[in-house]
Amino acid sequence: MSAFAEGERQLRIVIVGHVDHGKSTFVGRLLHDTGSLPEGKLEAIQASCRRRGVDFEFAFLMDALQSERDQNITIDTAQIWFRTPKRQYVIIDAPGHKEFIKNMVTGAAQADAAFLLIAANEGVQEQSRRHGTLLSLLGIRQVAVLVNKMDLVGYDRGVFEGIEREYRAFLKGLGVEPMAFLPMSARGGANVAAPASGEPGLGWYRGPTVLEQLDRFEAPAPPTEAALRFPVQDVYRFDARRILAGRVESGSVKVGDELVFWPGGKRSRVASIERWSAPESTSAAAGESVGLTLTEQIFVERGHIATRAETPLIQSHEVHARVFWLGKRPLETGRRYKLKLATQEAEVQVKEVRSTLDSGSLESRGPSSAVQRNEVADLVLATRVPVAFDNHDACAATGRFVLVDGNDMAGGGVVIGHAYAEHASTDLHYNTASVSAPERWALKGHRGAVVWFTGLSGSGKSTIANALERELTLRQVHCYQLDGDNLRFGLNRDLAFGDADRRENIRRAAEVALLFADSATVVVASLISPFREDRQRARALARERGVPFLEVFVDAPLEVCEGRDPKGLYAKARRGEIARFTGIDSPYEPPEEPEVVLRTAQSGVQACVAQVLDALLPEVRLRR
Amino acid sequence: MNASPRYEHLDRLEAQSVYIIREAFAKFENLAMLWSIGKDSSVLLWLARKAFLGSVPFPCVHVDTSYKIPEMIAFRDRMAKEWGLDLVVGQNTEALRSGLTFPNGKATRVECCGRLKKDALQETLHAKGYTAVFVGIRRDEEGTRAKERYFSPRDKNFEWDFKDQPPELWDQFKTDFEPGTHIRIHPLLHWTEINIWEYIERERIPITDLYFARDGRRYRSLGCAPCTSPVESHAVTIPQILEELRHTKVAERSTRAQDSESEHAFEQLRAQGYM
Repeated sequence: MSAFAEGERQLRIVIVGHVDHGKSTFVGRLLHDTGSLPEGKLEAIQASCRRRGVDFEFAFLMDALQSERDQNITIDTAQIWFRTPKRQYVIIDAPGHKEFIKNMVTGAAQADAAFLLIAANEGVQEQSRRHGTLLSLLGIRQVAVLVNKMDLVGYDRGVFEGIEREYRAFLKGLGVEPMAFLPMSARGGANVAAPASGEPGLGWYRGPTVLEQLDRFEAPAPPTEAALRFPVQDVYRFDARRILAGRVESGSVKVGDELVFWPGGKRSRVASIERWSAPESTSAAAGESVGLTLTEQIFVERGHIATRAETPLIQSHEVHARVFWLGKRPLETGRRYKLKLATQEAEVQVKEVRSTLDSGSLESRGPSSAVQRNEVADLVLATRVPVAFDNHDACAATGRFVLVDGNDMAGGGVVIGHAYAEHASTDLHYNTASVSAPERWALKGHRGAVVWFTGLSGSGKSTIANALERELTLRQVHCYQLDGDNLRFGLNRDLAFGDADRRENIRRAAEVALLFADSATVVVASLISPFREDRQRARALARERGVPFLEVFVDAPLEVCEGRDPKGLYAKARRGEIARFTGIDSPYEPPEEPEVVLRTAQSGVQACVAQVLDALLPEVRLRR
Repeated sequence: MNASPRYEHLDRLEAQSVYIIREAFAKFENLAMLWSIGKDSSVLLWLARKAFLGSVPFPCVHVDTSYKIPEMIAFRDRMAKEWGLDLVVGQNTEALRSGLTFPNGKATRVECCGRLKKDALQETLHAKGYTAVFVGIRRDEEGTRAKERYFSPRDKNFEWDFKDQPPELWDQFKTDFEPGTHIRIHPLLHWTEINIWEYIERERIPITDLYFARDGRRYRSLGCAPCTSPVESHAVTIPQILEELRHTKVAERSTRAQDSESEHAFEQLRAQGYM
């Protein structure tokens, strides 16, 4: 039996980069060096070049169309099959020319991984950045950067590392972590299939060849373990049965499962899973195109998306999204477009363009009334009927969409709804009993949390807590301060300063803080809370209820606090007028692993607030 | 009988094709499937039955040039009966009557293809009012097909504007058109010749015997008898065909004489509306 007798999964790889940075040459080189060219192809093109009186270039292999040979640029996205001993590849060669971004997007959207080429002699260019941005929006997570034309810079290590530094920083801003940077010369073949050691100029390079990097990419598996998403493509009635046709985009489904159909929230159970000429099975997983029949006949049509009750979709009249625009005419606020998300279609109006972003420079240009071709923008779409979707990082297939302008697909977008809860359930059967935490988050636009300031009297807790409260309010984050002293005027006025009472003081403060946090408020608790165990108990309670808890150690040396002594308490304690004063005749146990440490003897109030905001905001912002 | 190999990588290809076929069926009223009797369109037909759970809810169009290898026509009629297909046969009877064909010496191969296939297809689609047609082409067959879209529009004159094609991403296809546009749907675009054979083996899809070696020769690609020649081969089973394909460096369509009549013959033919 041949080694290839059982076929294997192919990996789809897109090759992108600035025009003339050598993409087609690279592909031609790759095919040539691995013996993947059809017999006679090279000779035929070489002969054609002789007839035309032009020098042969590897790029001609890919740019097979006449018009491309004349213009010497790739117009469309060509695909070519090729293999290494490990597996088969489909190479998608995407055009680098700015005019052809829609073709680049078409090619890249089909890819499992990407090689992004940057010519060493020209460095990072506009399309290098634009393509990087588009790869991140298209959801391509595996990216390796090939620094090509190293021969033109004498294989200079400094040039290579300069490009790596610059481009790595750019990708980081997009949230993309490149797998590798590799130097090569596609024209001469250095470090493509041949090891870098064959090229004396690359003696400094220790990494993989391009071919080795190719085999390091992983073939993505369908998300079978994620929440069920089954968009209905059609309803067939070829016989007595009513069959919902569709592809399981995520998760899995089996006979007997209760399904909820969005928008709307109607429920029924799976009676059977239908396939033709396939092994019988009572379940289907992500990636499978199947048919479902239901036990209870409810009205379901194309566009509905089935989920399980416990992992619903977001249903809303508004979609917050990041969009890339390919349209011939600009996208404008107030104009109507057709939104296509999974199999769902809805008329949408652009309510607001919050910010446009040049996809080449990533420069934000602030709010606008229009988005030009090749721009990226954050915008709000309003729909007349509710639409159902996910935030795109929760489920790619139901978290992205295209916009149709007239007859043309003119843009693509991903849902980045920081305004949504993860699951804003509008289920009429169940939400009468209680309001869920995500619904409260959706109302307020953020989650609740507890920020627990601990530290000596006079360390600066109240000062920073007050400033923090102001900053949060400016950011429209609902917050409330629980001050240890204030609590002792009411709720805790029955408590004294003995160890047991101090413990009870903290317990009550923690319980109250969690009630506020449950209502989606950010609680700024500021209490000396000297005992580690008490604070740990508060933290454990928060964890139990799924509330983010940030312990902030306001750390100032005793002599500094005593020097400040804003309430004159240290002086009283020293005089013996107050007993059991923390730091004087009662211990303070500093936190072992606080989320934030503020050194108020060294840092100003605003710097301390910034430190807390940095740690806090990611915890309370709704998942994008 | 031995169990067929699973070839699990085919599941993804199959699910993708079924998805595309269902999308087209949901979007177009007057839909037909082009059936050339060859291995690819037989796989396409099989995938349609997968999509519709055994049914083929639209007609199958065969463009009969009258020069097809006789076994192909016999196979067509047998399968149409067995699978209960709504078979529509199109033919450019005018060109055949006037004898303006390559076998008569009154046309080049490319002109002949243009009349007997492209024009006959255009005429049939027009007469029957089909606005969309499934075609079983694949990207790995040849350069211009590598640039195709899954949903590929042709204008009123049947022409393909390959320089300005609609974007396709995330399985969202162009489904809104100017009146008069007709759409080619290509559900097999992402398959390779090897995938096709693996799938035929796995699913036990009936195909004509012309693909298997007889007297040291077999057909790798099927077309009209005067312009299609067999390749040297001893492959009499599908595993043997697969083994042969895994080691060949000869292009699949190299036996189709019209492709190489002039350097850009095929590209021109396709821009004008050939499959």
